[in-house]
Amino acid sequence: MSEEKLEFLERSREFWNPGKTQAWQDMGVDLVIDRREGYYLFDMDGRRLIDLHLNGGTYNVGHRHPELVEVLKAGTSRFDMGNHHFPALARTALAEALTLCAPMSDMKYTAYGSGGAEAIDIALKTARSAAKKRKIVSIVKAYHGHTGLAAQTGDERFTKIFLSEDTSGDFVQVPFNDLNAMEDALKGRDVAAVIMETIPATYGFPMPQEGYLPGVKKLCEKYDAFYVADEVQTGLMRCGEMWACTRYGVEPDIMVTGKGISGGIYPIACVLISEKCGSWLHEDGFAHMSTMGGAELGCIVAMKVLEIVQRPEVRSMVHYVADYLRAGLDQIMETYPDFFIGIRQHGLVMGLEFNHEEGAKPVMKHLYNNGVWAIFSTLDPRVLQFKPGILLTQADAEDVLRRVEIAVGLAREEIMGGRRRML
Amino acid sequence: MEPQIRTLVDISGTDATMRGRADMVLERARWASTVFQRYDRDATLAIVDAVANAAHEHAEELGEWAVRETGFGVAAHKKIKNEMTARPLVDYFRDQDYVNPRIDEDRRIVEIPRPAGVIFALTPSTNPVATLNFKIIIALLTRNAIVISPHPAARECSVAAATRLAEAAVAAGAPDGVVQILETPSIPMVEAFMASPKTNLILATGGTAMVRAAYSSSNPAIGVGPGNAPVFVDSSADITKTAARILESKSFDNSILCTNESVLITLPEIEQRLCQALKAVGAHICDEEDVERLRRFLFHEGGFNLECLGRDATWIAQECGVRVGSSTRILVAPITQIGVEERLSREKLCPVLALHVAKSRSQAIAQARAVLRLTGAGHTAAIHCTDEQVTMAYANAVEAYRVVVNAPCTQGAAGIGTNLAPTFTIGTGYFGRSSIGENVGPQHLVHWTRVAYNSDSAEAFGNFRGVAPSFAGPLPEAPADGVPGSTMPRHMAAPSGPPVEGATRDELRRLIAEELRDLLKK
Repeated sequence: MSEEKLEFLERSREFWNPGKTQAWQDMGVDLVIDRREGYYLFDMDGRRLIDLHLNGGTYNVGHRHPELVEVLKAGTSRFDMGNHHFPALARTALAEALTLCAPMSDMKYTAYGSGGAEAIDIALKTARSAAKKRKIVSIVKAYHGHTGLAAQTGDERFTKIFLSEDTSGDFVQVPFNDLNAMEDALKGRDVAAVIMETIPATYGFPMPQEGYLPGVKKLCEKYDAFYVADEVQTGLMRCGEMWACTRYGVEPDIMVTGKGISGGIYPIACVLISEKCGSWLHEDGFAHMSTMGGAELGCIVAMKVLEIVQRPEVRSMVHYVADYLRAGLDQIMETYPDFFIGIRQHGLVMGLEFNHEEGAKPVMKHLYNNGVWAIFSTLDPRVLQFKPGILLTQADAEDVLRRVEIAVGLAREEIMGGRRRML
Repeated sequence: MEPQIRTLVDISGTDATMRGRADMVLERARWASTVFQRYDRDATLAIVDAVANAAHEHAEELGEWAVRETGFGVAAHKKIKNEMTARPLVDYFRDQDYVNPRIDEDRRIVEIPRPAGVIFALTPSTNPVATLNFKIIIALLTRNAIVISPHPAARECSVAAATRLAEAAVAAGAPDGVVQILETPSIPMVEAFMASPKTNLILATGGTAMVRAAYSSSNPAIGVGPGNAPVFVDSSADITKTAARILESKSFDNSILCTNESVLITLPEIEQRLCQALKAVGAHICDEEDVERLRRFLFHEGGFNLECLGRDATWIAQECGVRVGSSTRILVAPITQIGVEERLSREKLCPVLALHVAKSRSQAIAQARAVLRLTGAGHTAAIHCTDEQVTMAYANAVEAYRVVVNAPCTQGAAGIGTNLAPTFTIGTGYFGRSSIGENVGPQHLVHWTRVAYNSDSAEAFGNFRGVAPSFAGPLPEAPADGVPGSTMPRHMAAPSGPPVEGATRDELRRLIAEELRDLLKK
């Protein structure tokens, strides 16, 4: 590590976040991201990493995508954030563009946040307002962000420390893939909404069992609750379709998109609201406001993101990347069957499962040392989040597999020791 | 009120957009080519056959469409060309193996075919569908992915043709995206494709400007120059047959192929008989006044009059006030000079044939060289002759890489009615500032890795019989866990070409005019 980096890390500990800065050093990851381009990150000491984390899909189309940089630059000659009190050209234009690619035809309205969690809060407020009920059901180990309502739907790890865990009993959590538990939670008819990540990301991408998500939607209909789809990490073609929920046959009442919609270049998140949930927008349009939510420059960027991801080439490439990486990972799994034990996959949302309760951590470290950045699942560290970009090149995909094979072997040796068992 | 896509900040004309779009199409092609290289020869040929059948099936419809859209040529002849570049093309190359390694026991070398990868191919307005068929089929024969950039004037029929062939390829098991077409080509977009490091090879057929741009792109390119074929009718020729062949050739698709005879050169002793014979099969021999009218009508200040491109002889005659019979199929214009001072000695992509009578064989050869010096270097020449000495002297003198003997030149140079390789890309070689001198074919789209053993016979050469690279075929589809049926949809529902906006349309018109002018300059 360079003197410069050492000094920088010291400053980071001193002035930014001592705990987080140190935790990465303890995990053997001394990454300080400096330059970034496409799917490459360059550490401040110059080392290149292929980014397979993409900050949860934020860099879905790559870092500093040239067309997004261009549209943002061009946008600044006419727009800034805008004024949240008034009808706005860019906010309306993006809302129209979203309506045109929404998972349901009656998703007419879009409300804006400046980040995913804020958008989740808006979604939950919207559902409560329309349902005239307070209760929100989410999944155990769900992750919807860190703001007020969003944090309450998630793991206590992120609320207790701030003395912000739910004490009202309005937030109920049920296990994933358990329709009986879901029905039990809903049958009192006092639930405003069920909020679902289509594939729970931070929980290591457990895949919804066949029929589970449509089953949840049916239960929502049966017990008068709204279905809020959190597509922050799964949307925008990551599952081979614009929104992953439609792949599972679910028509949500409210949908949230974030991260990738910003192109990673101007913060924005969006809540798509169906007519039947949009009552507050008629009753009191000023009821929710956000100065930076839906900043018009963000809208300009988001419109370009939508245009890019809907090009026909993207669908084809998502397939190639998914099929190619899967074929390669299957081979690596055959090489290390006692350690690398499973792959959860839907399109480019993938979780690699290792045979150790914290198995993904050494894999992450060895990948890091071998030029690939992928992160373990915070709430299930047996699973490595493996999230390649939708525009990954063939050359990079091939290189990723080469590096993964090496890193998995090293991680296995570190954890299990001895020679690898060839089956 | 219906929601609309409204562009508030338009970056469509920027370099970033051009590069972004080009990169995406080319990277999709890269994926397709990578997977295609896993296919064995049978699987490859099955795809090629399916594509050739589709091309054959639509030959007539697309021929008519091309004539309707561009206004050039003869639909019935386009059908023939479109068919020729389908099944017969595949049959010609069927026995060639571009997939399996070749073993050369004597030289102790094994050669492994390595496809180019991603080919960016420009197709012209004059032979839009035939050239497109041709380039797609030779790309598929060699397991390459191809991106077609059609001439804007033939955009619609080209998009229709490529879409059909792409669908046929995928239906036969080809990797998705192995055939793509730019639906809204423009010069900046084409430049972005040509300059991209993701392009492995440019196959450029079109105007000189495009071909030069291809060679200047920094990527490997096969570009071919314009033609202006001299045809020498020697006194030893069978005059009746010769006249019939020239007529068949010159009237074929109204001379829109660059291999058409441009200037007929003959000798005084057979001039009369040849003219009579030409008349007998449907030629009109112009008098001096007619020639002047033709000269003025065919060539404007800026060059060839594009209105005449591929038009019927009777239409041209009528337009410039030359009286001809209704069955006239070509116009023959006697000229006394060849070179810069005689515009009629330039390339004429219409059924007008200049006729020059030389004093002697050696002068005829000198005049033929002069025709090609004017334009068309490296392209094509023809001779009608039964004296091998004369044929040899002529062929050795003219700067053309194909000399068609006793056959219609238009067709013969492209491999129809001769045993030349069928092609719609005529290599004009070093004479014509091109990298390839022969008829371009699949052999130019693949290089070979040479595995060379120690030449010392004491060192054993390996036994490679039955040793093949792995042909794993298509990639298995990744699962989509939890989704009934568990696979992802590969195709968009009903893709449709983006509409051409007003501004773009004007731009296209300008580009078309420019390119065609350029195509026919000189």
